[in-house]
Amino acid sequence: MKYYLLKRIVQLMVVMLLATFLTFGLTYISPSDPAEMMLTSRDVIPTEELLEKTREEMGLKDPFILQYGNWLKRLLRGDLGYSYSKRESVAEVLPQRIFMTTRLALAALLILVVFSLGLGILSAIQKSKLADYIIRGFSFVGISIPSFWLGLILIYIFVVKNRWFRITDPYAHKSIILPAMTLAIPLIGRYVRQIRAAILEQYSQDYVVGARARGIREGEIIIHHILPNALLGIITLIGLSTAALLGGTVIVENIFTWPGLGSMALEAITYRDYPLLQAYVIFMVWIYVSINFIVDIMTQALDPRVVIRGGRIGE
Amino acid sequence: MSNRKRKKAFFSFILSVAGLLILLAIVAPAFAPKDPLATDFAHVLKGPSSKYPFGTDQVGRCIYSRILYGARVSLGMTFLLLMLIFTLGLAIGMVAGMSGGIIDTMIMRITDTVLSFPDTVFAIAIVGILGPGIRNTIFALSVVWWTKYARLTRVLVMGIKNSEYIHAAKMAGAGKLKLITHYIFPNILSSLIVQLALDIGGMMLAIAGLSFLGLGVQSPTPEWGNMLNEGRAYMQTAPWLLIYPGLAIFTVVAIFNVLGDTARDVLDPKHV
Repeated sequence: MKYYLLKRIVQLMVVMLLATFLTFGLTYISPSDPAEMMLTSRDVIPTEELLEKTREEMGLKDPFILQYGNWLKRLLRGDLGYSYSKRESVAEVLPQRIFMTTRLALAALLILVVFSLGLGILSAIQKSKLADYIIRGFSFVGISIPSFWLGLILIYIFVVKNRWFRITDPYAHKSIILPAMTLAIPLIGRYVRQIRAAILEQYSQDYVVGARARGIREGEIIIHHILPNALLGIITLIGLSTAALLGGTVIVENIFTWPGLGSMALEAITYRDYPLLQAYVIFMVWIYVSINFIVDIMTQALDPRVVIRGGRIGE
Repeated sequence: MSNRKRKKAFFSFILSVAGLLILLAIVAPAFAPKDPLATDFAHVLKGPSSKYPFGTDQVGRCIYSRILYGARVSLGMTFLLLMLIFTLGLAIGMVAGMSGGIIDTMIMRITDTVLSFPDTVFAIAIVGILGPGIRNTIFALSVVWWTKYARLTRVLVMGIKNSEYIHAAKMAGAGKLKLITHYIFPNILSSLIVQLALDIGGMMLAIAGLSFLGLGVQSPTPEWGNMLNEGRAYMQTAPWLLIYPGLAIFTVVAIFNVLGDTARDVLDPKHV
């Protein structure tokens, strides 16, 4: 376990390092000129002479590797650069945005876990009955519906037609419901199926058959035997949904004008504000990689059956 | 047994529905009543009528015709991208699986790095930095998606590389190239095709999503995602701008998702 942990941590660092390289490389090959962006953001009209001087100052004439090294050094010190469009340092822009996106993602995750578990179990218990068919129908719709369309429909129904919600104030508690639902519904569709299948598989296991033979009631079997085993499934589910949740926030925040990281990334793209975009990408990768790391370790710790060979679970 | 037969029959049915859809996209011009780019300022934001079956948009373009032409763009980009990532992933995965050792490790580290980016975030970052448009969208999505096929190919190749019939073929004097084209590729093809079928819907959603954010296909080229993007400003007065393009994406993605699921049941005997 200790060896495995160490190996995974080293792997994590290598991947993070390569990810920063890729992120920096992408902005390096981008068609716009950081010196010009910098000058315009300070309301200075960029003359050719001034541009040359600024490029020199910003180290834009250095070879690529040197520029990357310097950038990485600043990054490790927590210096994320200066946002041209917000006109303040990226480190000052980020916290509030991170807070808003985390709130949204956690709310969506809560809805996701509760509904996919509830519906998944119900569907498995009622296998081949009406409830099962209805739930499977909904889950299919959930998988195929584009989240951006879903979000617009929800706004149309609940905001435009029946003024149940207002979405103009993202800081009000109620306004998190629609965006979180938009984020969660497509994922619920996906995981209801998986949980249903996992529980049906448990149903045919010897220990359940044995428990039933001993005369234990069906309800107790589910609560005491099947659910604890399904817990592992939930943790894996959280890990699996991270990428979709993080990626989904861009579209959902855009639809609901939610002032989180996703909207920030789109603003950064519009204004060609690359330091801001770099910070966004690196933060996302970091969160994603860490959550997957934690999930792997937890799966390993909780399930003695998972055998680790060659540093990878389940291979 | 009859269950399997029924599944096969259903697979043929859904396959022909999907085929019809693709055909419809190809012959769209024959069905479209209007030019999808033609504006009609006398009929701006008008609801569905006999002249405009799905209504008109903010510059009086025919929504129905735009959706038909949009099918070409959406489906065309989806299949082009799938072909790209399939070829790229297959080639890279084959090299990794066949050679092993340091080359394999290097290729796997690269795929790990790409996979360490949440896919949508990575695609948005690439298009965002290189600039919006069809070409960069295709580039970004292929950079993000090829890893899936490379990994799958590699695992499949490694699984059969040491089987007896491969050894026998080697013994019979088959060279590396012949080994790949005659013995390995035909055996892994069905799993790869199932994966492709499963990915059609997801790829369509990815393209439409980028276009919705204003990063993918640019107006005035009709595409379902960018039609929704343009239409959302008129939600209160002209909801048909949202209803029809969204319904189009939903229906087509749903059909291809059913196709993917049935393809897996029918073609991949290992999957239960």
